[in-house]
Amino acid sequence: MLDGRGSIKRRLGARLWLSGTWLGVMALLALFAPLISPHDPLAQDLFAGRLPPFWASGSDPAYLLGTDSLGRDVLSRLIHGARIAFSVALIAGLATAIVGSLLGLLAGYMRGWVDVVISRLVDIWMAFPPVLFAILLIAVLGTGLTSIIIAIVVIDWTRFCRVVRAEAMNQSAMDYVSSAIVAGRPRRDILWREILPNVLPTIVALSTLEMGIAVIVEAILSFVNLSISTDAPTWGGMIAEGRTSIYQAWWVLAFPLAVLFLTVLSFSQFGEGLKDRFDPVLR
Amino acid sequence: MKLLRAILLRLATMSVTLIGAAVVVFFVIRVVPGNPIAMMLPPGASEEDIARLTAHYGLDKTILEQFWIWLTGVFHGDFGTSISLRQPVMPLVLGRLPATLELAIFALVIAVVIGGAMALTGVRHRETRTETAVDVANGVGLSIPDFLWALILIVLFGVLMPVFHISGRISPSLDLPFVTQFYVFESIARLRFDLWWDLLKHMFMPALALAIPLAAIISQLLKQSLKETMHLDYVTLSRTKGYSENHVILSEALPNAVLPTLTLIGVQFTFLIGGTVIIERLFSYEGLGNMAIDAVINRDLPLIQGIVIVFALLFTIINLVVDMTYALLNPRLRHA
Repeated sequence: MLDGRGSIKRRLGARLWLSGTWLGVMALLALFAPLISPHDPLAQDLFAGRLPPFWASGSDPAYLLGTDSLGRDVLSRLIHGARIAFSVALIAGLATAIVGSLLGLLAGYMRGWVDVVISRLVDIWMAFPPVLFAILLIAVLGTGLTSIIIAIVVIDWTRFCRVVRAEAMNQSAMDYVSSAIVAGRPRRDILWREILPNVLPTIVALSTLEMGIAVIVEAILSFVNLSISTDAPTWGGMIAEGRTSIYQAWWVLAFPLAVLFLTVLSFSQFGEGLKDRFDPVLR
Repeated sequence: MKLLRAILLRLATMSVTLIGAAVVVFFVIRVVPGNPIAMMLPPGASEEDIARLTAHYGLDKTILEQFWIWLTGVFHGDFGTSISLRQPVMPLVLGRLPATLELAIFALVIAVVIGGAMALTGVRHRETRTETAVDVANGVGLSIPDFLWALILIVLFGVLMPVFHISGRISPSLDLPFVTQFYVFESIARLRFDLWWDLLKHMFMPALALAIPLAAIISQLLKQSLKETMHLDYVTLSRTKGYSENHVILSEALPNAVLPTLTLIGVQFTFLIGGTVIIERLFSYEGLGNMAIDAVINRDLPLIQGIVIVFALLFTIINLVVDMTYALLNPRLRHA
């Protein structure tokens, strides 16, 4: 068989492996942060403030990636930051997926007034700039990990709802659903056992995308000083701090930025890779 | 007749969305802890002063009463008075809106130019390494949101190679003769190209950050539709007539492939405007989004409401315009 699928498949495999490896390493760092990190992420050493990374002159080998203005170890803060980033990503990503997909399935399958109400709600939600909405919600809920997760779910459920609703509508029009109806299967049964499994690949792909978005939202909220606490080692907080001293110590901004970039990229590529893996045409 | 009914239906759903948005914001922000009046008064203010000012802003009434007062005000064009800035909300919001619109439009232009160029390059050199490069660039551009692009641009072009401004809207040292808030348009109208250039140098970094994800989306979709169109018979026919590949792509395939991309740009433009909130903050750009974040931090309830309603109105209008343009451009819908 001479067609392009072989080469596409190889490219997809590489994408899945690369992104999966990065996410795996980050997850391990997050899990074992207290064992791995060379310093206490909160320990200040005012005599060792703004030390450059190891290759630059004037660096201290004890601080591989340098220190910030308060003399805190950038590497240790990055490793501990992975804990918060991955907690937010996993919990908020899954919760958003569940809430949004449920509403989307209901709207797309039940139609009628359920669909009208849910779709109207989505319209209203889409009329808000999401970042502004997030900041408002944190002002209401107060700072902290739980508030961030709630804010992400409240804002981003529409992303799942819109896609899953459309997908559920497509699936409902297919022959296998009609035959299930003819066979006298109850509606609830059709929704859970026929439609959901067929929509699941889409939900999985969207979920990993959402995990990347959750990490970004946490970073944005840290940046406007509304995240967990000013002390906690979050990537967003490090970026915010680095932004203020960018001309004196670029590494305080550059390292968390690079890690955040690769993590968000990996989440989305991992999701895309998974989606293609599920794709029956390419399989 | 059918068209009129469709438009009326559209306007009706639009107003439901807007009123819904107003209700949601109004009640959400009134749950916010922290008394805005206490925050604006000096520390030594007496209980009596606080109570008097609270009554002045109507914050002692029940939430329902407050909503009714606010809603009747809105229908008379009165959005209340900002608590932190002590000025009527609407002039404040309208004063900042032009800065945000100019930034968003500039970003849109950049996105269309970059995205269009990438799509055309990818199709012209399809099935080669160039196309693979375009695909990879699209993938990265799509995965990384504007916030991260903004930070990357700040590090690259603000610090390592300082060629662009990364803070503010215009150099304060210039003498500013502006009477409107549309600085870019006015500087062109006044033939003050020195000001125009300075504005552009300030806007380029934030606009590029907003544009990159949109450019990737445009490039991806346009390339896909172009490639599909290239297989159609009429394209093959024009190729057999001896037209050059460039002519075939630009004059034959492009006009037929561009419609889905146009619709998409419209929808994505509202997302881009939503992105200005944090981008303006990052670049200290004096627009509506930056003002919105300050309003939340100061618990300035009337100002938050005003800004959110203006954003919501902007989004619904853009969506309406997109749908109408689509109906006008699409021959299948025009005669429906």
